Amino acid sequence: MTESKAFNRVSTVILTVLVVLAMLPIVLIVVASFTAETTLIRDGYRFMPKELSLDAYYYMLKQGKIILRSYGVSFLVTFGGTAVSVLLTTMLAYPMARKAFKYRNLLAFFVFFTMLFNGGIVPSYIMWTRFFHIKDTIWALMIPNYLVSAFNVILVKNYFQNSIPDSLIEAAQLDGASEFQIFVKVMLPLAVPTVATISLFTGIAYWNDWTNGLYYVNNEKFYSIQQLLMKIMSNIQALRSNSNASLLGTGAVDLPSTSVRMAMAVIGILPIVIIYPFVQKYLVKGVIVGAVKG
Amino acid sequence: MEKTLVKSRKKRFSNLSLALIALPGVLYLIINNYIPMFGVFLAFKKYSLKKGIFGSDWAGFDNFKFLFKTKDAFIMTRNTVLYNVAFIIIGTIVAIAVAVMMCELGDKKRVKGFQALLLLPNLLSWVVIGFIVYAFLNADSGYLNNTVLRTLGINPVSWYATTGPWPAILIIVFLWKNMGYQSIVYMASISGIDKSIYEAAAIDGASKMKQIFKITLPLLKPTVITLVLMSIGRIFYSDFGLFYQVPQNSGALFNVTQTIDTYVYRGLMELNDVGMSAAAGLYQSFVGFVLVLIANFTVRKIDPDNALF
Repeated sequence: MTESKAFNRVSTVILTVLVVLAMLPIVLIVVASFTAETTLIRDGYRFMPKELSLDAYYYMLKQGKIILRSYGVSFLVTFGGTAVSVLLTTMLAYPMARKAFKYRNLLAFFVFFTMLFNGGIVPSYIMWTRFFHIKDTIWALMIPNYLVSAFNVILVKNYFQNSIPDSLIEAAQLDGASEFQIFVKVMLPLAVPTVATISLFTGIAYWNDWTNGLYYVNNEKFYSIQQLLMKIMSNIQALRSNSNASLLGTGAVDLPSTSVRMAMAVIGILPIVIIYPFVQKYLVKGVIVGAVKG
Repeated sequence: MEKTLVKSRKKRFSNLSLALIALPGVLYLIINNYIPMFGVFLAFKKYSLKKGIFGSDWAGFDNFKFLFKTKDAFIMTRNTVLYNVAFIIIGTIVAIAVAVMMCELGDKKRVKGFQALLLLPNLLSWVVIGFIVYAFLNADSGYLNNTVLRTLGINPVSWYATTGPWPAILIIVFLWKNMGYQSIVYMASISGIDKSIYEAAAIDGASKMKQIFKITLPLLKPTVITLVLMSIGRIFYSDFGLFYQVPQNSGALFNVTQTIDTYVYRGLMELNDVGMSAAAGLYQSFVGFVLVLIANFTVRKIDPDNALF
């Protein structure tokens, strides 16, 4: 009994240390965003800075037109992309889950194969830019890569198949409902938990995405918050490796002070941290269901 | 007779409407996934912008010959595989240790809280993680140079130009981001173990440590084997964000940070060498495909329920 207690105590201590270590890096940039610029320059990043200030956030509110705009782009892409993605994913999963559907195995293989083999970024890049002319449009942030993931389709298909009894579908058919009506009125409402899980995965993927921007967007107008952060960082690097300050002019984005940069990173994380307590349940569930079959 | 006819017509109609429902998603996958698969023929072309992808001259295996003559091919393959090996071994051990300890806590609220905090880094973008790492490592005001090394009386290090510490840095960042995620999977697996086995063992006087090594770990084995094999199937792929954003694309570090994914990106976007880049991409896709098949074949032999197909 006491041995078990000792083990419990040791576990608690080790895990507490781990959790604190995991949180410290995030705390460091949050603190930096509230640190006075002069203090940051003099002492560097500190967990307990000598002087605190809200200047970075005031600056963002007053001057941050580009910042606000990129924030808007991120929200638009996240909500728009997720909505379309959920629609396409569930519509693809439903026929796969119907035993009556003649081509279900073919369809399942068609979806599944995309997990095994891919053509790589070079052919994709050439296709999107040369044939679809997607460069520097809002579509570039929404359409490539993220709309349908085989992983999500299989997750929803399994849910349709295992958690919704066939008798419900048969009853609806007897009532004369069409396949589309069954999908919208019977299946979707019953699949809310899984739809919530894939919406979260997809939404977070869109919010955090910077690769589509990296490949397909050069126009500042369509910068997401992630791409704006990325551009600022590469300008810092350019400045460091090349003392010629005029280089900055080509970057389009001016170099904000260190505390403003950190404040921008903080608002880049903010939406996720705000929704996190409410959605954690669905995320954990999705991780567990998806881990092995992912 | 008439009844079966109506029924079969109904069935055909049903098949048609189900196919129509699937259509938008199918079209997307054809465009986003299947057309680029056929585009791998670019690896066998001498791509010129003027002549376009179909008009460009065929190059046979020249792109591959050039690629494997360079030192890059060796460096990026070595880095991709070795980092993945390190991630698989260290990541699995840490995730299992965390999961075992979590399950010993008992207090459900505390478990949920710890779990939530450990999972949080997984939800941050690589760009933001790049900022965070920069806050620690940058030469002038970074936390390590300014506070840690100064307190220890060690000279500041120019981290983004020194290759030595980077394998350790990348492994730490990987663990920080993925530890919570991976441990959740093992926790789920542990909580599925029948509690009465532990009770029986406790009555027989088995210590906690003994229970872990004789019950928990052996029963976790199938999950571990499956997950490890799946990771081995993806050993030719690297997380682009980890190797591109965290080292800040620093050229001085390429020797220890270049992976196949970063090479393909740089070839395409920075060097405009489409042929070479496509060749590296096909090399990755092809070897990756073979490895996934082998991994899955092995999983199916050991643990058929967890096989992908």
